[in-house]
Amino acid sequence: MRSVSIIGVGCTSFGEHWQKSLRELVAEAGIQAVLTSGLVGKDIEAIYGGCMASGRFIAQEHIGALLADQLGLNPIPSTRVEAACASGGVALRSGFLSVASGAYDIVAVGGVEKMTEVSTSEAAIALGGAGDQETELFHGASFPALYALMARKHMHDFGTTEEQMALCSVQAHKNGMLNPNSQFHKEISVEEVMHSGYVASPLKLLDCSPITDGAAAVILCETEKARKMGIPAVEIIGAGQASDSLALSGRKSLTEVAATKKAAEIAYKQANLGPKDIDVVELHDCFSIANIMAIEDLGFFKKGEGGKALEQGKTALNSEISVNPSGGLKCGHPVGATGVKQAVEIFEQLLGKAGKRQVKDAKIGLAHNVGGSGATAVVHIMRRL
Amino acid sequence: MTNGNLPLIWRKFPERYLLQGNRCETCGTCFFPARQVCPNCRRKGKLVQMEMPRQGKIITFTEVFTGPYGFEFETPYFIAIIELSNKARLLSQVVDSPREKIKIGAKVEKVFRKISDIDPEGPIAYGYKFKVVG
Repeated sequence: MRSVSIIGVGCTSFGEHWQKSLRELVAEAGIQAVLTSGLVGKDIEAIYGGCMASGRFIAQEHIGALLADQLGLNPIPSTRVEAACASGGVALRSGFLSVASGAYDIVAVGGVEKMTEVSTSEAAIALGGAGDQETELFHGASFPALYALMARKHMHDFGTTEEQMALCSVQAHKNGMLNPNSQFHKEISVEEVMHSGYVASPLKLLDCSPITDGAAAVILCETEKARKMGIPAVEIIGAGQASDSLALSGRKSLTEVAATKKAAEIAYKQANLGPKDIDVVELHDCFSIANIMAIEDLGFFKKGEGGKALEQGKTALNSEISVNPSGGLKCGHPVGATGVKQAVEIFEQLLGKAGKRQVKDAKIGLAHNVGGSGATAVVHIMRRL
Repeated sequence: MTNGNLPLIWRKFPERYLLQGNRCETCGTCFFPARQVCPNCRRKGKLVQMEMPRQGKIITFTEVFTGPYGFEFETPYFIAIIELSNKARLLSQVVDSPREKIKIGAKVEKVFRKISDIDPEGPIAYGYKFKVVG
């Protein structure tokens, strides 16, 4: 396989974009990515776009063609990729493979979701599609409920507390204050999280990620070509993806996301690195318990010790491992865009362009994107070229 | 919604009414719902239909306060992952049980209940729920 690098990135602000449709969001992120890469549209050979549920959210399918058209890139091939909330990460890996294989030298990868066009209830139905409809959603399981089931088991088996979970949100919002693209710019306290009301016990409203509009894009280029162009770039040195049972009841363990462990194992092996080598990580914290499980499953802490690590501040900005400097999913989770936005954040961190949230001397970064309650996981490891 | 679709509800009668799943005679694993391929034995597997036991225990649970579409007026209600006595696992509501008895490890048994009636003109979906015993 050939080496692949990210040479340009773009991201819209995350939030409720009443004034913009999906097409405008995509164009904004895409154009920004092309401009920062120093290329022109003509150089791009193919597009991979992550989008989870545009059919439910805006009654629009055929997003692949829409992307190419809106970016003025017809007639190049453009493919939509769907893997629930991991759509962006899987799109990135698809683009990566297409360049690594030699099929293309330069491709654009996008991720987008326009979620505020429908009511909260309709948005929940759309997101429910990430779970097993016939055997779990049918019985009244919501997505927060599925993660709550994992949270309860984690608390039972390892003594993880609701306060430790609340710290995930506190830390996310603190980092989000430093990110101009964050949906929220408001610090919250453990007490506020604890009093935000149960959605599905033990998870409270402020343990959950919000409904968000947004888009992100990256330009991938074969590494030798990127070197010759002499532009700042970030090399993807590991890309792993894994699948597991769609139904939560089908998982071997409820206190880990096995797909994350597998995807990370593949990516670490490709990169010839381990968890200790990672300086900055953007991980999939759709619910607080997801943050705790991810720092364990990615190997930063032992299973069961994630809650304590949070309590000891080991995942804060510029601590032992800087987790989600962008604010993570709590600061905006346009489901199809999230996986690509994570790559954008790692790119900026590794090039020292992350402003006030910059992780000092960040050399190696990791992006971790999960679909549904863990049926898909994607891990990318990157370093400055 | 898939809940209100008549052929789907009809097709699911054996699974949702009788807890019908299957078992691989090669490795002995029981599956609920029934699988088309044994993931352990693949082509060497031999799947035979069987009804699951009606008893099990709670592996984990949650109390849902914000219900999804079709369950908005049912809140609060309990959802649990239940391990049946043959080790097969499923997700179900836990009903007719005192709140303090719904905990990890509690023994439960299957009851037959209405699940949802989203479409006022459409069929009502029935199926299994579980209640704590003892």
